[in-house]
Amino acid sequence: MRLTVSALAFSATALLGLTTSAMATECIAPANPGGGWDFTCRQIANIMQETGLSPNMVQVTNMAGAGGGVAYTHVVGQRDTDPNVFIAASSATTTRLAQNAFAGMTADQVRWVGTIGGDPGVIVVAKDSPFQTLADLVEAVKADPSAVAFAGGSAVGGFDHLKVLMLLDRAGFGDARAVKYIGLDGGADAITQTVGGFTQAMTGDISEIQGFIRSGDVRALAVLSDERVTGFDDIPTAKEQGIDLTAMNWRGVYVPKGISDEDYAKWTDTLQKVADSEQWQKVMAENGLAPYTLIGAEFETFVNENIAEITEISKEIGLIQ
Amino acid sequence: MDTLANLAMGFGIALTPYTLMLAVIGCFVGTIIGALPGLGPSNGVALLIPISFSMGLTAIPALVLLTSVYYGAMYGGRISSILLNIPGDEPAMMTTLDGYPMAKQGFASDALVISGFASFVGAFLATVGLMFLSPMLAQVAFKFGPAEYFALYMLAFCTLGGIGSNNQAKAALAAAIGLGISMIGLDKTTGMPRFTFGEMHLMDGVDFLVAIVGLFAVAEVFHFIETHGKDSAIGVKLGKITVNWAKLWSTRYAMLRGSGIGFVAGILPGAGASLGSFLAYMTEKSSAKDKSTFGKGNPNGVAAPEAGNNAAAGGALIPMLTLGVPGSGTTAVLLALLLTLNITPGPLLFTERPEVVWSLIASLLIANIMLLVMNVPLVKVFVKILSVPSWVLLPGVTMIAFVGIYSLTGSSFDMMLMVAFGVMGWLFRKLDIPTVPVILGILLGNAMEDNMRRAMVLSNGDWTYLFSSPIAIGLWIAAVVGFVAPMFLRGVLKKPPQPSTDGGTTD
Repeated sequence: MRLTVSALAFSATALLGLTTSAMATECIAPANPGGGWDFTCRQIANIMQETGLSPNMVQVTNMAGAGGGVAYTHVVGQRDTDPNVFIAASSATTTRLAQNAFAGMTADQVRWVGTIGGDPGVIVVAKDSPFQTLADLVEAVKADPSAVAFAGGSAVGGFDHLKVLMLLDRAGFGDARAVKYIGLDGGADAITQTVGGFTQAMTGDISEIQGFIRSGDVRALAVLSDERVTGFDDIPTAKEQGIDLTAMNWRGVYVPKGISDEDYAKWTDTLQKVADSEQWQKVMAENGLAPYTLIGAEFETFVNENIAEITEISKEIGLIQ
Repeated sequence: MDTLANLAMGFGIALTPYTLMLAVIGCFVGTIIGALPGLGPSNGVALLIPISFSMGLTAIPALVLLTSVYYGAMYGGRISSILLNIPGDEPAMMTTLDGYPMAKQGFASDALVISGFASFVGAFLATVGLMFLSPMLAQVAFKFGPAEYFALYMLAFCTLGGIGSNNQAKAALAAAIGLGISMIGLDKTTGMPRFTFGEMHLMDGVDFLVAIVGLFAVAEVFHFIETHGKDSAIGVKLGKITVNWAKLWSTRYAMLRGSGIGFVAGILPGAGASLGSFLAYMTEKSSAKDKSTFGKGNPNGVAAPEAGNNAAAGGALIPMLTLGVPGSGTTAVLLALLLTLNITPGPLLFTERPEVVWSLIASLLIANIMLLVMNVPLVKVFVKILSVPSWVLLPGVTMIAFVGIYSLTGSSFDMMLMVAFGVMGWLFRKLDIPTVPVILGILLGNAMEDNMRRAMVLSNGDWTYLFSSPIAIGLWIAAVVGFVAPMFLRGVLKKPPQPSTDGGTTD
């Protein structure tokens, strides 16, 4: 008994020694374990350790709340100069920033490092649906918007909803308020409503519904990426069908605003290396992600444009004034 | 035959000394997590995910460990429900209604044994159901649209009148308060914040765990302080654990019915274990000849909800594995684990990764038997953990409540909110208003509202859509009967005996 106690005490001191001797790198996932942000953090953390990009243990902290708002406030308010922390982000982060859902905080209060992959958006219908092409679906909405309901995995105003609105807008149907959309808890949930015939179409990210596409329960009308997605080569892109829309649920990170330019450069460099690593290519292939790498200044421009577009649509549907 | 061959393969993979050891550890840790108020199966499993990764476990051992914890927590939740009147996790809420009165009357050991067996029966039958019926049952989820879900939740609220109180008006009031609280947060159908007063912590709404721990644990502490420990839940004594076979046998039908209802509730995404144990309890109460003993220590009132919530735990794995739709908070966390292990649940999982599915099922069966052993003959070990003197237990409960909530949400705001719920629970106790309906309101209110609003969007505002399918109509009829029948029957049945328990002088 005494032996175990002293062994415990020893390991405790050893642990303490470890944590104080070197600053641990930390990745904040602004959600509970299991979502996309948690995935981004854990995969990047693993790759940083495996490839020796980080000599220390990379610790993943889950900080759920307000759709990422709690983590955002925390970073802006309390970690503004911490060079050892990075935070997972995705299109949901910019969507919420655009809709002023982070208690008045704006995108320029942090520094955007980059995105290293994306989950392409996809539009699917039930296997027995009369719609054969994206054009069929768009025509049906134009003819009678109240006859076509879309299901998606995000709330109204969320990214899945915006995908539908942006798609229809570019196809020449601008009356965003007339589009019927119901938000469910995640893509798989939205699929069950579409397979069950309660809604006529569904939008989501390809990774969350790939099983249903391959099993034939649903038919994909279009994938919203620049090029066809490996493994789903028979799904045409929206661009091929004449609608110029790319909607990727990107996986990226931001860091605090107050760090030095050298530290920021270190982060862009690290992220580029993670993006180029073999491990990341493998992770992307296994999880249905497509390459989508934008780093540094390029990414900051993308974030600003993205936010401008979402702000405009959100105003149109009355989400913000 | 195919199923048996697959199962044999599953056992072949799962029955190694190493995985068995993990199952033992998982069951033990799970039971403790379940028994501690505030720490439920979902945060238990969530806490263990990083541990299993740092241990370098591969897919199957990790699944064995975490599902053992999951099932263990479902077993453990009843212990503190019965001994402390504080549900260890949210599905164990219904077990307090009869379990705690039993313990107060000196039948704590009977209550623990019966609920332990009920847990086993529920979980075992659900696992068998998972084995044989999965592919078929996955189709059930496709039959439930917004209208059907709304009717299902209506059924839950309509049958709610009788629980925990003899006064239906008070139960309805409490449910309305719960529904009101669930409105706080971001409205899913418009994306607008409601009742948040610009406070970001309220954007996600009120976490029901905060409400549960506040209304039960913190309120109990207040009550304890006020009464100086007299007639408080904390510190019920437990004698020798003996199996009262006659009493156990008398609850067999309650266990079977509870398992069936719980299993179906588990399969429906969004309904989950809490609704399963609730409906199991209500069915038992409404089908009993002598309803008045419910809430006062009826063994059937312990057996049914425990069988129900454990069966729901098994049932909830079906939509998670076959559709990737988690039926409960815990299965959402398990889903996350599978995704991290590069296993994508969905319609093809059973054909593409049979070794994963069948070793999971085998490990569930193994965990179940271990848990029966741990939770019936060895239950004293866990009781010891909870039955320390009140001067230790009282600060202990307070600490567990605060640490549990802080570890869950990481915000001091939620701790304040929990204390506020504690004050509310204490006041409600004074006013003899039941708190269970408040929790149900918070738990189901959002889903109920979302489904109704979705139904209205789909039907362009035509309310008859809510009655448009046979399933929906069936649920509506059950709901109306469930609401009207007790009032009607009470009038008919209660004439000969004394009406004193009704407290009916005021109305």
